Amino acid sequence: MTTDIIISVRGLEKHFDEGKLKALQGIDCDIKRGEVVVVIGPSGSGKSTFLRCLNLLEQPSAGTITVDGADITDPRTNINKHREKMGMVFQHFNLFPHMTILKNMTLAPMKLLKKSKADAEAKAMALLQRVGLADRANAYPSQLSGGQKQRIAIVRALCMEPQVMLFDEPTSALDPEMVGEVLDVMKQLAEDGMTMVVVTHEMGFAREVADRVLFVDEGRIIEEGTPAQIFENPQQPRTQDFLRKVL
Amino acid sequence: MNAAVESISFFEQLWLNIQPAVQANTLTFWEYLYKEIYLNVIQGNRWLQYLKGLGITLEVSFFAILVGLALGTILAILRLPQVQNINCKGKGFWANLGAVCVKALSKFAGLYINIMRGTPLLLQVLIINFGIFGSIRMDKVIIGVIACGLNSAAYVAEIVRGGIMSVEKGQTEAGRSLGLSSLRTMIYIILPQAAKSALPSMCNEFISLIKETSILSYIALTELTKAGDYIRSRTFSAFTPYIVSGLLYLIVVLTLTWLIGKLERRLRNSDH
Repeated sequence: MTTDIIISVRGLEKHFDEGKLKALQGIDCDIKRGEVVVVIGPSGSGKSTFLRCLNLLEQPSAGTITVDGADITDPRTNINKHREKMGMVFQHFNLFPHMTILKNMTLAPMKLLKKSKADAEAKAMALLQRVGLADRANAYPSQLSGGQKQRIAIVRALCMEPQVMLFDEPTSALDPEMVGEVLDVMKQLAEDGMTMVVVTHEMGFAREVADRVLFVDEGRIIEEGTPAQIFENPQQPRTQDFLRKVL
Repeated sequence: MNAAVESISFFEQLWLNIQPAVQANTLTFWEYLYKEIYLNVIQGNRWLQYLKGLGITLEVSFFAILVGLALGTILAILRLPQVQNINCKGKGFWANLGAVCVKALSKFAGLYINIMRGTPLLLQVLIINFGIFGSIRMDKVIIGVIACGLNSAAYVAEIVRGGIMSVEKGQTEAGRSLGLSSLRTMIYIILPQAAKSALPSMCNEFISLIKETSILSYIALTELTKAGDYIRSRTFSAFTPYIVSGLLYLIVVLTLTWLIGKLERRLRNSDH
């Protein structure tokens, strides 16, 4: 069943400041196609660094990451082609402020997938419809609320028709009343069978949507299992301690 | 006779009218002002000389700004930290060679900026005119464009670099995470935002450049300052020709300021 595995991480390490700060100290992990993996852990534990290594926004210091059969840590891999297949959603949305929503969504498909303007816009409008923002197509990012921006950021990534979606604390910069609308879009995406890796502090989302939860601390996966295992019956003292604090 | 009388213009008639007062040295203030204007602007169609000078100033400035912008942007990109620390380890011979070349160019860009900003423009103009093009017949306008353009590029480079660095890192990450190459991310995402924040300083630089082209009168290019100076040598009026030249500079600079202000407001409207 190896074909089922889309991302395979072996011995992943990431050091900052010439090795003084070891953010990741050996991560091994397989992610199956269609799986929703939620990564939880205290801040500074390395969970965001782990996620950013998956599309090489951080260059790993050691270890291998194989995506869809290709070793992306090999310097000869075309990293741009690889990133086309992995959508990423950031904590601070990172929409392009000088472009309309529609332009934000169609830029990459037109340049990289060689789609015609009409095709790219049709795809973008269909996705906007799904997240209920079709009427904002010609607005600029600064005219939107945080929740709307993040929903746009998600569909902007989806315009590239990625195989995997990475979420880096997608609701952490939002006002509380806007968290729900973003999580709803992510739930819908999970139900559609998208492979997702989500770093979040939303334990409710992890419990409800995740197929598997990874608890990360000090750059290592301390414990992993189904949401039921992790939340109802954590085995490791550090997991128990963390969950006691956040739940 | 009739035809000759008709050919005397209104201005000439006025000039003839104040002749007695000129001879007697009893001009009123307004008559004196008219005398100055007549001698330095009207007589012998001298106003055409100012306009010719203005044309050359505008021509040199325009092309020098283009040269400065193009070269300055390239220098700015070469000076970015991610370019200075480019690393192609393990990507093959050609990638490594490319990285070494880019690093050398980056070092050169730094040196270039320091030299061009650290020495007087006049000196650079003289070196280019008498040194580099000393033995080659070359249009002075082209020499002016080269000298002012190369000099301006050093300042533009620092302005553009500041603009690029003012764009949030997340913008680059968002572009790259969509699969855009670093070059495309730079062109479509970073530079448009950098241009917006760099616009006020850039306006400043353009204004400086326009005025600094007056230094080209040193190599006998008859631009606006030289045109005024030439007229002074003919009429011996020590103020009026320079003031006319000055007013023309002022009109150009104010027009440019107004245009860039308009552009700035338009860019601001696009993202509220």
